[in-house]
Amino acid sequence: MSATTNKYNLGLKSWFHSGLPWIWLNAAAVSASLILVIGLLLLIAVRGLGHFWPKDVYEISHQQPDNRVYRVIGERIRTEPVGIQRLLDAGMQIDAGDRSQIERSLIKTGNRDITGLDFRWILDINILSENTPADITVLERKEWGAFYGYIKEIREANTIINSGATQYGLLNEKLAEVHQLLSQAKSIEKDKIGKLNYELERLRLKQRKLELKNKAGTASNTDIQQRQQALESQYQIYFQQLQELNNAAARTTVIMEAMGGERVEISLANIVRAYQPNDMSVFGKLIFYLAKLWEFVSEDPREANTEGGIFPAIFGTIIMVLLMSVVVTPFGVVAAVYLYEYANQGVLTRLIRVAVNNLAGVPSIVYGVFGLGFFVYTLGGGIDQLFYPENLPAPTFGTPGLIWASLTLALLTVPVVIVSTEEGLSRVPSAIREGAFALGATKAETIWKTILPISSPAIMTGLILAIARAAGEVAPLMLVGVVKLAPSLPLDGNFPYLHLDRKFMHLGFHIYDVGFQSPNVEAARPLVYATALLLVLIIIVLNLTAIYIRNNLREKYKVHDN
Amino acid sequence: MSYPLQQTVTAEAPETPCIETSKLSAYYKSKQALHDVSITIPENKVTAFIGPSGCGKSTLLRSFNRLNDLVDGFRLDGNISIHGQNIYSPDVYVPELRSRVGMVFQKPNPFPASIVDNIAYGLRLKGIRKSTMIHEMVEWALRSVYLWDEVKDRLNDNALSLSGGQQQRLIIARAIVMQPKVLLLDEPASALDPIATFKLEQLIQNLKDQYTVVIVTHNMQQAGRVSDYTAFMYMGKLIEYDLTATLFTNPKERLTEDYITGAYG
Ligand SMILES: Nc1ncnc2c1ncn2[C@@H]1O[C@H](COP(=O)(O)OP(=O)(O)O)[C@@H](O)[C@H]1O
Ligand SMILES: [Mg+2]
Repeated sequence: MSATTNKYNLGLKSWFHSGLPWIWLNAAAVSASLILVIGLLLLIAVRGLGHFWPKDVYEISHQQPDNRVYRVIGERIRTEPVGIQRLLDAGMQIDAGDRSQIERSLIKTGNRDITGLDFRWILDINILSENTPADITVLERKEWGAFYGYIKEIREANTIINSGATQYGLLNEKLAEVHQLLSQAKSIEKDKIGKLNYELERLRLKQRKLELKNKAGTASNTDIQQRQQALESQYQIYFQQLQELNNAAARTTVIMEAMGGERVEISLANIVRAYQPNDMSVFGKLIFYLAKLWEFVSEDPREANTEGGIFPAIFGTIIMVLLMSVVVTPFGVVAAVYLYEYANQGVLTRLIRVAVNNLAGVPSIVYGVFGLGFFVYTLGGGIDQLFYPENLPAPTFGTPGLIWASLTLALLTVPVVIVSTEEGLSRVPSAIREGAFALGATKAETIWKTILPISSPAIMTGLILAIARAAGEVAPLMLVGVVKLAPSLPLDGNFPYLHLDRKFMHLGFHIYDVGFQSPNVEAARPLVYATALLLVLIIIVLNLTAIYIRNNLREKYKVHDN
Repeated sequence: MSYPLQQTVTAEAPETPCIETSKLSAYYKSKQALHDVSITIPENKVTAFIGPSGCGKSTLLRSFNRLNDLVDGFRLDGNISIHGQNIYSPDVYVPELRSRVGMVFQKPNPFPASIVDNIAYGLRLKGIRKSTMIHEMVEWALRSVYLWDEVKDRLNDNALSLSGGQQQRLIIARAIVMQPKVLLLDEPASALDPIATFKLEQLIQNLKDQYTVVIVTHNMQQAGRVSDYTAFMYMGKLIEYDLTATLFTNPKERLTEDYITGAYG
């Protein structure tokens, strides 16, 4: 050992004084946070995204306590150990030797229309045999969930058109035809009939307006009636077409054999897709997976939100956040400019500033209550009285809706924008202000032309924080406009295109609804994860966009920091 | 006329007064920064304010374009008139006054915008929108400060990409494009290297043909090189004011002599 080491290496104490433990502590804290965040994302990603991968479907023979042998067809969701004692206590008779735990598997059997439940537990010791026959077919249906079984016959208008080896191919062919018909029907229903209904409603309201003004029976009223009649007859034509298409679609059916041997006839119009997972190659599975993923983000939900997609919720979340941004930015900036640039910097201003800062800490549900009481009932009710009397007592704006949700969230997030804008204003170098004044700019010109552009990155920072908070907020939204299932998007082809009064769906609320309000908890669980993942992704994308804009602004409005 | 003290001035052509102050006292809250300053600054000459740091040079200078109005708690007693107009009278529209009295600061303070937009800033405030006109005036201003040849190919580049000396000349161009009568320079060269300083001083020499230039500097050589008249200030008071040549070679006051001989820092 050299003298140097003796001198500087005095053991624990000097190690402590060197500051190294502090650095290690910091590093450990950062790592722990990182691991937690990454772990969280990974968990929801794996759980959520795994759901769409086609799983093998097993045909399992298992013996019940009464010694009869049953056949079960389904996907194995998971296997877990269970204590014998618990099963004995539950009144089961099992012979497990001297083991205290045995394995049991959760099988998704689908066929809810026949069996009443989608899932069942099977004790592994009761399984006699299990295999994965290639010709097991899974039907994803619009109602009653999935169906697992074997194709027996395909019928068109009650005549058997095929039975034999190529059934699966034929089923898919017929399915494509039926889907073609259905999409025609849907376009008539949504676009054409939807537009008619919209027009009719407008005419009805016009008529009501005339009635309210005591002008029933005038020329314009008869005009309205004529228009109504024309629309009605047009409606009849469309309705006829719709029925024909629906009938044509319903003609083709498939006879399936379920696991208990029952034969079930299923209309192809009720089938979303048919596939044979045991027979798929990895590549086929991948294609299927991507199709399912696309369906998830682009389609409407089905079956009490446990099937189909979540597009309306994605759309609702984004449009609400955008609307909120449009409202909160000018509001917050104007307030901050007043507080920082114009208000007398006295006790009152300081008090207001403290109040604004503390507003950010008010529980969000309180904002929801305020939004309901003030925006929806008072403001919305007032608007209805003034502008939509013909609609009453049915409310137009006097009911929770998109605009009120956005306003409530804007109110919730405006403190953040004010605080960071003020911060930005205070960081504009006084040399720049004086430069503008010295050229003969008035205060307003200085603020608008020089100070606000330079503060714009700080304003964006405020907006970023606001978006992050708003996009994840659920509690107040339940009071002011979010619903579990909205009949139509807030944006469509009918004037005024953006319907601020409509109720909308939201990913955060969707998670709550699917996960905790669903009648079918097991089926909904993966969707909870997938939806959560999507919500996180959307917030990330919104934030990255804002950050990108901010960085550009920063680059553009960089100043000397003197 | 209460002109630079007596006789020597008469050697030259008689001067027209431009800025006149009488019994000017200035306060920041309760702190008095100027004591009874009376000075008459001649037109189309360069006048330098010298004196130790904190003696009130900037305060006096910034009173000429009422920039001190922005300072909370600033108060002024006495009178300032520019071309005979009392600039603190209530009917003066301050932004208009400032567009007539240009100012250049210690550190270059370009706006975070292109070279053109920096110079056009004041023109646009005046309501000049025609781009051909703006471009003509921008070119004229840049030529006046000898910057045109250096930047004519990158007029739309950010002004912050220029060097310190170029930036300071840009700021002068930004001021003179407004065609002011008076140009106030507050230690314009203190952040510049010697070569940039030299160019700036040459520029100042040429500016006096068209502008009344008032320059604050703590560099006495600089005052000697660029100015026609020099005022020495000390602790908020105007101690001595004379032709630069006279003040430097033959100061009347003891304080002035001590200062210019470097008796203190
Ligand atoms: N904004 C201000 N607030 C308070 N006091 C100030 C302010 N500006 C200058 N002063 C004071 O006024 C006096 C004169 O300052 P200044 O005119 O800047 O001096 P100089 O430019 O000669 O160095 C100094 O004592 C300074 O501390
Ligand atoms: Mg100074």
